[in-house]
Amino acid sequence: MKKTKIEDINRNIYDIKNKDEYEFKIKKGLSKDIVEEISAKKNEPSWMRDFRLKALDVYNSLKLPTWGPDLSCLNMDEIATYVKPKTKLSNSWDDVDEDIKNTFDKLGIPEAEKKSLAGVGAQYDSEVVYHSMKEELKKQGVIYTDMETAVNEYPELVKKYFMKCVPVYDHKFVALHGAVWSGGSFVYVPKNVKVDIPLQSYFRLNSKEAGQFEHTLIIVEEGASLHFIEGCSAPKYNKVNLHAGCVELYVKDNAYLRYSTIENWSKNMLNLNTKKAIVGKNAKMEWVSGSFGSKISMLYPMSILDGEGAQTEYTGISFASTGQNLDNGFKVVHNAKNTSSLVNAKSISKNGGKCTYRSLVRINENAKNSKSSVSCESLMLDDISISDTIPTNDIRTDDAQFSHEAKIGKISDKTIFYLMSRGMTEEDAKAMIVRGFAYEVSKELPVEYAVEMNNLINLELEGAIG
Amino acid sequence: MSEKLLQIKNLYVNADKKEILKGINLTINKGEIHVIMGPNGSGKTTTANAILNNPAYSKKKGSIIFDSQDITNLSTDEIARKGVFMSFQMPEEIPGISVTNFLKYAKNKITSKPVKAAEFKIDLMKYMRELKMNPKNMARSLNVGFSGGEKKKNEILQMLVLNPKLAILDETDSGLDVDAIKTVSKGIEMFKNDQNAVLIITHNTKILHSLKVDYVHILVDGKIVDTSTSELAKTIEEEGYSKYKKEVDTSEED
Repeated sequence: MKKTKIEDINRNIYDIKNKDEYEFKIKKGLSKDIVEEISAKKNEPSWMRDFRLKALDVYNSLKLPTWGPDLSCLNMDEIATYVKPKTKLSNSWDDVDEDIKNTFDKLGIPEAEKKSLAGVGAQYDSEVVYHSMKEELKKQGVIYTDMETAVNEYPELVKKYFMKCVPVYDHKFVALHGAVWSGGSFVYVPKNVKVDIPLQSYFRLNSKEAGQFEHTLIIVEEGASLHFIEGCSAPKYNKVNLHAGCVELYVKDNAYLRYSTIENWSKNMLNLNTKKAIVGKNAKMEWVSGSFGSKISMLYPMSILDGEGAQTEYTGISFASTGQNLDNGFKVVHNAKNTSSLVNAKSISKNGGKCTYRSLVRINENAKNSKSSVSCESLMLDDISISDTIPTNDIRTDDAQFSHEAKIGKISDKTIFYLMSRGMTEEDAKAMIVRGFAYEVSKELPVEYAVEMNNLINLELEGAIG
Repeated sequence: MSEKLLQIKNLYVNADKKEILKGINLTINKGEIHVIMGPNGSGKTTTANAILNNPAYSKKKGSIIFDSQDITNLSTDEIARKGVFMSFQMPEEIPGISVTNFLKYAKNKITSKPVKAAEFKIDLMKYMRELKMNPKNMARSLNVGFSGGEKKKNEILQMLVLNPKLAILDETDSGLDVDAIKTVSKGIEMFKNDQNAVLIITHNTKILHSLKVDYVHILVDGKIVDTSTSELAKTIEEEGYSKYKKEVDTSEED
């Protein structure tokens, strides 16, 4: 009997582990003192310090979720929530510490910046170490900077929008984020400004037994448009690392935002991230998401369609292997007339990996003549892998169209035979099926991530006689 | 003397533990077109699958020699690379892989050579014109949402592109209208030369009207019970298989 082994994504690049060096690493655990110390280190205004302390109270008052993956492996007493890298924020790669710069070089960030991006932010552990944007965007009034700079330089904007879209009460890990957030990007696109070339922020967590809590706040004003790309990765350690970022997106009337993510955390990462968008009248919000890493992922981007004619699309793929439990999905609330949502979610599980698609579609009573179409497909590559679909549909008006289609499948022997009869080996055949399965999503991913996706779809296959 | 391309010797094959083929013997020479006819369940598709060694069928006895090599126990892809092609009765759908990319990839695997893009495209356009295929289909996912006729034509297209030594056409004509059958016949004529061979598996005779067939074999209950020239197909068209069935039935009852 011939067995086929499909290799994991080649992680060599991501697993580059720099020495756990830093300028400052806060002691492990979570307390009022720790939160105050982070705030003091950041030299931030008192309103932000007070906000953090309030969030800590909320964190302490909330319980862990009673659904989804088991989070008992997380012990906050073992996590350092703030690690300041040994380099200062700069707008020139030459000024970035060499080890850190080398890491981003290997991840291809400076090169992508030259070729295909209008601006780049790079975060290493808890702080952004590099941030830069093309001059012409600055002239048009676009702001793209790290979150700390935004707090100090644009306090009115930050006060108006920071954790208003995702309030700290949403769930325990949002409250945690509110208390210890650090780094992330702030983007402001003024009215009617079209940013044709994408901006990209890359988040790298190098330190072990640490957490990353970056905050991304994007405001796309009326009639403006933007494509924002977020990438993240970390080397693998034996102990649990935590990522509890927060992404808040404001897509104003007639605006357009595409938010693309390639998440490639190491398999000791708990990825408990929160992302939400508020979408205005005739505006459009597109989510593109590739989730390949993490030990546990609980990630459900959400669009709130608040304006008449608002639209949203979600295109996502998850790939889970041994020891991975990826609980991903999408949430949408239709909260105005003539709104529409389109979901295309895919997952691949192999070698005992688990993928769950968990979703919410809510069409409120006022969302007359709205449409929602959800399609989720799962592919299991063997008998020990798991795939599940848990949709919640809450449709409160009769005047709406809703469809949900779920397919869970395995690669059929008939299909393999068909492809083998065309000269392909069993491995070639399986790789072709997987590549085809992923294609609808992979074609939506940013070009600069093609290499990364190819690592997945040009699966390294190896035959073994067993 | 003509050169032997395929020899099936005393082949016994089981599917789901049930004995389907019960001692098949068949020789196909280069340059010939053979037809296997027979009622439903007689083992026609099993014969095709056995030649390509589909793991869902198990060979109990006998051997298959192709181009002077024993291919009885080779894997399906190895057999395909030696030059055996099968047009499927129900072609599989492959979402996300375009017809063009599929064909290029398969051609590369079959020939073990890089495919020259420009030449490949010219050939492809030529074949598609002959098969009256919509060029737009080339960008579509393989067989996904194709009509029955489109799928069958696509199989013939693959045959032309991959250019095997032996093409086995399993019920390629079934479910097709007269015009589509003519197109398929045309494809077979384009493919056919004195160095290759075709084995057509069918249970009706329409496709035989427009092709010059060398031999017709009648398969009933896992055995070839008659072999003759294409005249035999005409007899079947008029009288059906009852004559052979009776023989078999009687022997079973005895």
